[in-house]
Amino acid sequence: MPANSLQSQSQPESQSESPSPPSPYLLEMRGITKQFPGVLANDRVDFNVKAGEVHTLLGENGAGKSTLMNVLYGLHQPDEGEVRMNGEQLSISSPSDAIARGIGMVHQHFMLVPTLTVTENVALGLKSDRRPLTDLPTVEKRITELSQAYGLQVDPNAYVWQLAVGERQRVEILKALYREVSLLVLDEPTAVLTPQEVEELIAVLRQLATDGRGLVFISHKLHEVMSVSDRITVLRDGHVSGETTPAETSREQLAQMMVGRPVKLVPDKPEVDVGEVKLVIKDLEVEGDRGNLAVNGISLEVLAGEIFGLAGVSGNGQRELAQAIAGLREAKSGTVSIDGTDVTNAHPSSVRKAGLSYVPEERMRDGVVSGFSVSENMMLLSRRESEFARFGFMRFGAIKEHSSNLVDRFAVKTPNIDTPTRNLSGGNIQKLILARELSSSPKVILAAQPTRGVDIGAAEYINEQLAKQKANGCATLLVSEDLDEVLALADRIGVIYEGRLMDVIDAKTATPHQLGLLMAGVAKAA
Amino acid sequence: MTEIRQRLLRNAIGPMVPLTAVLLALIIGAFMVLAFGGDPIEGYRAMFSGAFGGWDELSETTLRATPLLLVGVGICIAFRSSVINIGGEGQIIAGALLCTTIVLVLPDLPRPVLLPLALLGGAVGGAFWGWMPGMLKAYAAVNEILSTIMLNIVAGYLMQFLLLGPMKDRQSEELGDIAQTERLSENAKLPTLLEGTQFNLGIVVAVLAAIVGFVLLWRTSLGFEMRAVGGNQIAAQYAGMRVKRNIVLALTFSGMMSGLAGAVLVLSSTAHRLSVESGPSGFTQLAGFNGIVAALFGALHPLWTIPASFLFGGLLVGAFALQRAVQVATPLVVALSGLVVVFVVSSESIVTRAREWAERVSQIAKGGSSSGNEPSTPLGATDPGSPRAPDSASEPESTQTPETSSETIVT
Repeated sequence: MPANSLQSQSQPESQSESPSPPSPYLLEMRGITKQFPGVLANDRVDFNVKAGEVHTLLGENGAGKSTLMNVLYGLHQPDEGEVRMNGEQLSISSPSDAIARGIGMVHQHFMLVPTLTVTENVALGLKSDRRPLTDLPTVEKRITELSQAYGLQVDPNAYVWQLAVGERQRVEILKALYREVSLLVLDEPTAVLTPQEVEELIAVLRQLATDGRGLVFISHKLHEVMSVSDRITVLRDGHVSGETTPAETSREQLAQMMVGRPVKLVPDKPEVDVGEVKLVIKDLEVEGDRGNLAVNGISLEVLAGEIFGLAGVSGNGQRELAQAIAGLREAKSGTVSIDGTDVTNAHPSSVRKAGLSYVPEERMRDGVVSGFSVSENMMLLSRRESEFARFGFMRFGAIKEHSSNLVDRFAVKTPNIDTPTRNLSGGNIQKLILARELSSSPKVILAAQPTRGVDIGAAEYINEQLAKQKANGCATLLVSEDLDEVLALADRIGVIYEGRLMDVIDAKTATPHQLGLLMAGVAKAA
Repeated sequence: MTEIRQRLLRNAIGPMVPLTAVLLALIIGAFMVLAFGGDPIEGYRAMFSGAFGGWDELSETTLRATPLLLVGVGICIAFRSSVINIGGEGQIIAGALLCTTIVLVLPDLPRPVLLPLALLGGAVGGAFWGWMPGMLKAYAAVNEILSTIMLNIVAGYLMQFLLLGPMKDRQSEELGDIAQTERLSENAKLPTLLEGTQFNLGIVVAVLAAIVGFVLLWRTSLGFEMRAVGGNQIAAQYAGMRVKRNIVLALTFSGMMSGLAGAVLVLSSTAHRLSVESGPSGFTQLAGFNGIVAALFGALHPLWTIPASFLFGGLLVGAFALQRAVQVATPLVVALSGLVVVFVVSSESIVTRAREWAERVSQIAKGGSSSGNEPSTPLGATDPGSPRAPDSASEPESTQTPETSSETIVT
């Protein structure tokens, strides 16, 4: 069996070491310190995993989770500290070392070759028993065994490009299991899944743990963390700010450990009297990149003082819908109008003039010019307004004042307004975009995944700002894959599936279960 | 304190690296001279004095630097807008042709009218030659690298055709087919700045153009838009900018600068006529390509391109002095300037690495330990705030280093 040949490669090495003292831990990371220029990414971090447990690593962006896992996976060398597995000290200098030691990792962005089959992807990089020939039937047989044993349903002969996101993730897990890992690290595995898929995944993870493997689960979704973990370690600013178990803690406590101060997880939902219709979308059809009908006849209305949440699994037409509204993608048929102005297929500048603000989904890609300074990015919209430009020349005094003002008001953490935007963290870039978009006193806000990848503190702030705009009588279309966020913020929730609006539900009566079924395309849940 | 020093270090490295690149090229060149049996030290001495050794040499260098600077400024405008303009040669020729035509048609206008008009003609001609690939790129998705190169060839043949046909010098007819115009009106001669030298108004025009280029890019809303389009087309479009219009404008402005170079070349030529005797590149002195190097040498900044053009122009002039002094084969001179180009162009990655190095050094000086391992890409995109690119990790995160918050919450 190919997997055994891999095992045997690592065997002689481990035997040559001195007999290891018995250790209660499968993995032990002691006093890991890693310094980067200007940042102490890990400061004497202790982290350990027992065989048979799911240990969650929780922390905000930049807290040092990735650095710690990169040390484990051999991508970084720690400045201080040691890594032990089964009590034996290791020096892991590359991912292949890590794999040989039985450490597997499922990355957030899948590392699969789309044009190869599932079997081929699993076999990739392994030595075949029949080399130089491949031995795919054996691999396939083993995949089938594994997928049956753990309920990881996937067709071994399907091409990866044919698979849905959830299935691709199963392939990643199978890949690790095939290599007989004893320790499996999952980096934000639930980010791309529907609530039902998350439940399935959690069941798989529990079973993997029961079979004696150690699992490291990285996530920032607190309710998942509470339901899957045996233990939770929280990192903040590079050091361990606490270790606990779900039984001893609460989501609020976890959030506080992550941020260092009490955090309001569920934002206040101001009661606002809704006004007139601000955004009207009627029978909109939009083609996707591959010429498919990505938006297939959607009609909806958003009123002043209302947040309309559009929930759905990523890739069901949200991106195309948002782009069509903003004038960035051609609508095949149907109309879009903002505050009474028909803006169907209008130039983005006209759409903005009609009163739209747009917080794009891919903020680094679509929202800012990363080489520009904070101040320049603040001016991206108002570059020609008479306040900031006279006779075609920019008025730097006014621009500087305006930018500093916005940086203060929206709590953008930046050394100064001339700092290149690419040096800011994701959350601060999102705040910058929000500052720019909301300061133009919009009538309609189109916010796509406004808090994705943003740390809890910044998310709390962003949600507050959206609620404030709502109180100001703004109509907001909130596109989000995060059900918690939609439920917490929206007044009405529409679910999009394969380019169609499945249903629109009042947020007061909506349940995650009901929305989850709609997100999976199951028509009206009774 | 450390921060100030760090910043100083970083800013000092910027201009130092292209200089180091030239130095490296010269060191390798020295071995080449040795291999050809010459004395490199003597050669380089000749080279330096040939470029900067006296008023004659300096004015020769200035003459050479003027078109480099004008083209270079145009390149700054194009490249900052993410448009790759390789069409400097063609735009120089187009500018020269229109400028010459104006002077041929209206030779008797007084100098204060004719001269600006001729320069304007050059600018318009070059702008047209840049506008074409701009339109093609914006509205027909034609790659501008291809179209500008092709238009170089078109311009070259167009010049040959015109100079052998409608614009041909009638007086030299009996001498055979010489592709040149008649001697141009004296009113169209660029005035000399210093009596008895070759310094002429051209360099003033070029320096002014560099200032205009700088103001355009960094002081006007239009330049802001062009740079935004260059930095991120999607973000620019979504902010309501007209991306296509900006692409056309960038190439048009860029061509305009090259066209101005063409006008200056004609109006300051010793023969005071447009001639294609030694081929189109004999007229342009390859400034359309060398200007790109000057601009890159000047970090794509119009003002830095001024000294860069002088240095590169001096190098080109001095190389021939070197060849004469140590009697090496002419191709060596070409090879030497080629080496400089390669080193200068690759210096950008050297800058990046030097910055990393400088930051690490100042880190060590600060007391922090640092392993030789570079922070490579983190796990996934989960932690965009964790150290990524080494040059970006330094500033913002330092506000949240562990020293600032030591309290620990244990439940």
